[in-house]
Amino acid sequence: MATASGTVRTERVRGQLFLPAVITGFLALMLGILGFNQFLNAMTLGAIYALIALGYTMVYGIIELINFAHGDVFMVATFVSIGVSTTLLGQSGAITDIPTLVISLMILFLVTGGVMALVGATIERLAYRPLRQAPRLAPLITAIGVSFILQNIIQFFVGPFITNVPQLFPTQWAFTLGESRVPILNLFVIGVALLCMLTLQIFISRTKMGRAMRTTAMDRDASSLMGVDINRTIMITFLIGSALAGAAGVIHGLYYGNTSFTLGFQSGLKAFTAAVLGGIGNTAGAALGGFLIAFVEVGAAAFGFGRWGGAIVFSLLVIFLVFRPTGLLGSQTGDRA
Amino acid sequence: MSALLARFAPLRARSNAYFAQHRSLGILVAVIVIGGALPLISRIPPFGELQSMNAWVNAFTIAGIYALLAVGLNVVIGFAGLLDLGYAAFFALGGYTYAIVASSFFDIHLPFWPMLIVGALIGAMFGVFLGAPTLRLRGDYLAIVTLGFGEIVPIVLLNSDPFTGGTNGLGGVDKPVIPGILEFTLINPWPFYVLMMVMIAAIMIIVFRLQDSRIGRAWEAVRDDELAAESSGVNVVISKLQAFAVGAAIAGFVGVFNAAKLTIVAPDQFKFVVSISAVAAVVLGGMGNPVGVAVGAFVIYLVQSIFLKQLNGLVDDFNIPVLQEIDFLEFQYVLYGIVLVLMMLKRPQGIFPAKRRLRIFKDSVGAGK
Repeated sequence: MATASGTVRTERVRGQLFLPAVITGFLALMLGILGFNQFLNAMTLGAIYALIALGYTMVYGIIELINFAHGDVFMVATFVSIGVSTTLLGQSGAITDIPTLVISLMILFLVTGGVMALVGATIERLAYRPLRQAPRLAPLITAIGVSFILQNIIQFFVGPFITNVPQLFPTQWAFTLGESRVPILNLFVIGVALLCMLTLQIFISRTKMGRAMRTTAMDRDASSLMGVDINRTIMITFLIGSALAGAAGVIHGLYYGNTSFTLGFQSGLKAFTAAVLGGIGNTAGAALGGFLIAFVEVGAAAFGFGRWGGAIVFSLLVIFLVFRPTGLLGSQTGDRA
Repeated sequence: MSALLARFAPLRARSNAYFAQHRSLGILVAVIVIGGALPLISRIPPFGELQSMNAWVNAFTIAGIYALLAVGLNVVIGFAGLLDLGYAAFFALGGYTYAIVASSFFDIHLPFWPMLIVGALIGAMFGVFLGAPTLRLRGDYLAIVTLGFGEIVPIVLLNSDPFTGGTNGLGGVDKPVIPGILEFTLINPWPFYVLMMVMIAAIMIIVFRLQDSRIGRAWEAVRDDELAAESSGVNVVISKLQAFAVGAAIAGFVGVFNAAKLTIVAPDQFKFVVSISAVAAVVLGGMGNPVGVAVGAFVIYLVQSIFLKQLNGLVDDFNIPVLQEIDFLEFQYVLYGIVLVLMMLKRPQGIFPAKRRLRIFKDSVGAGK
């Protein structure tokens, strides 16, 4: 017995070490191939994809719905962040005063995240909950409908143009590392994204609500019998997923400085690919997949295949769905593909 | 009135019985009657004032393209229960197939009529090519794979400039010719209209006959309960592949017509919106009912292309500043969205439900939840 449990323990330790080692190796390789600037670029884009992918994977994990509208929730978030910056904060450009910047950014993230959480929960309540017992094609079609409605609400009120987003964080702040210039904005963006992911991991693994979410994903009926309020748990999943999309929207605005109503479709599809790549239902996998997709895309552009980036990513999606539907890290909802 | 109807009741019963026996003939008669009556709309006051008769006939022809797309997609979604979100890709493949071999781009000019069949075959080939590895996937995963395929095809068409003309697409596509009798022209919409009606009749007959065949019954069995179908000896994968191939073939077929009608193909014509409007038409018309989905697509196209456009002109006349700024054409996508959501919530079986109720809407037991 003692030896057996000893083996198990070494296996587990080895398992825990394996993934970080692979990730570090991969990052080093990418740094070598892409060069420092492109590497930072990919990491930033990856942070955005990862935050969106988390929403897809959480919702899929718990109610097995491909929330097609999630990419558009992200798109709406970029526009909400414009509103928050210009009307609530009264800012249209960079803030160089550090205390003001910190407070403004906190307000920006919290308010946008909060608004998007409400939007997400409203969509769940109105469009998905009535179809909870319906066969799975029905909510998927509804989700596509919601996606179209969100796009057109924005198109109607803002217009079909590319809109500028105020970049509150000064883009010129940078320091030099060796020969490369490192914009602080990139580090800030990656840092915020990692913070969100870490908080989410802790929330899911340590809190009572997190446990309720995991049990609901595993077996809805059984957790209902154990006293979990299913409707509340699912709604909170949507709240959190949409808030993360809100954070991604703010980051997108701060980093790229523009947005348009068509942003959600492509980003959403890529983020979904990220979720599948990492193993759908698996939050750590979604984060990993997000960065991976970004590296693929930035890498393709760096080698002169920028126009094919989308095709390469979607081919990856098809290949993964066909040959390894459980993704890289394995799906926590079990293999039902 | 009722007395009059009662007098004709025996006749109606007899004709119903006759057409139940001879459905293909019934479809033919119906298409001739409807096809003949439709252009008369332009003589009825409110519609006639909107646009000229030729413009109406032209609009009906294009609406027919969408109707046929919906009928083809209905084979995949309604008959076999597979959600295909990249249907426009097959439509594009058919169109480009014809445009490459019948335009001034390569200066090859193959005749139109055999290319209709070739377009259908190319569509079916790609359907099998995409379906063979992916049809093992569960429904919503399949939806995403087809969506990805629907995105990849326009990207490839856009970037393969030497073969597809890139962004500009392929222009100057040949119009159909009946040697020695008739040359189709852009000015006269009637030949295209008549050809469209013939195509609708042909495809409707094929689809109805397929539905009643062994293949069609296998589709329904797979759709309603895959496990039960498999244990009853239905080869599920082959059955799904057949549905996929038939749907793709119809899209390729219509794609050839579309290229010849518009005389240009470009990647922009085959965006996600086209796939979605076809899905919307299927959902609105009633999954599983070929006539219903055709009517759904027909109505959706006419509403967006004529009435929304007219609404713009009408509102401009009223001089109300707020309303004038609204472009009602932009509303068409909102309409798709609202149609999809409301239909799923309130009437998932569609406006014209299929006779045999689709189990995928009745309950989730056995449908894989």
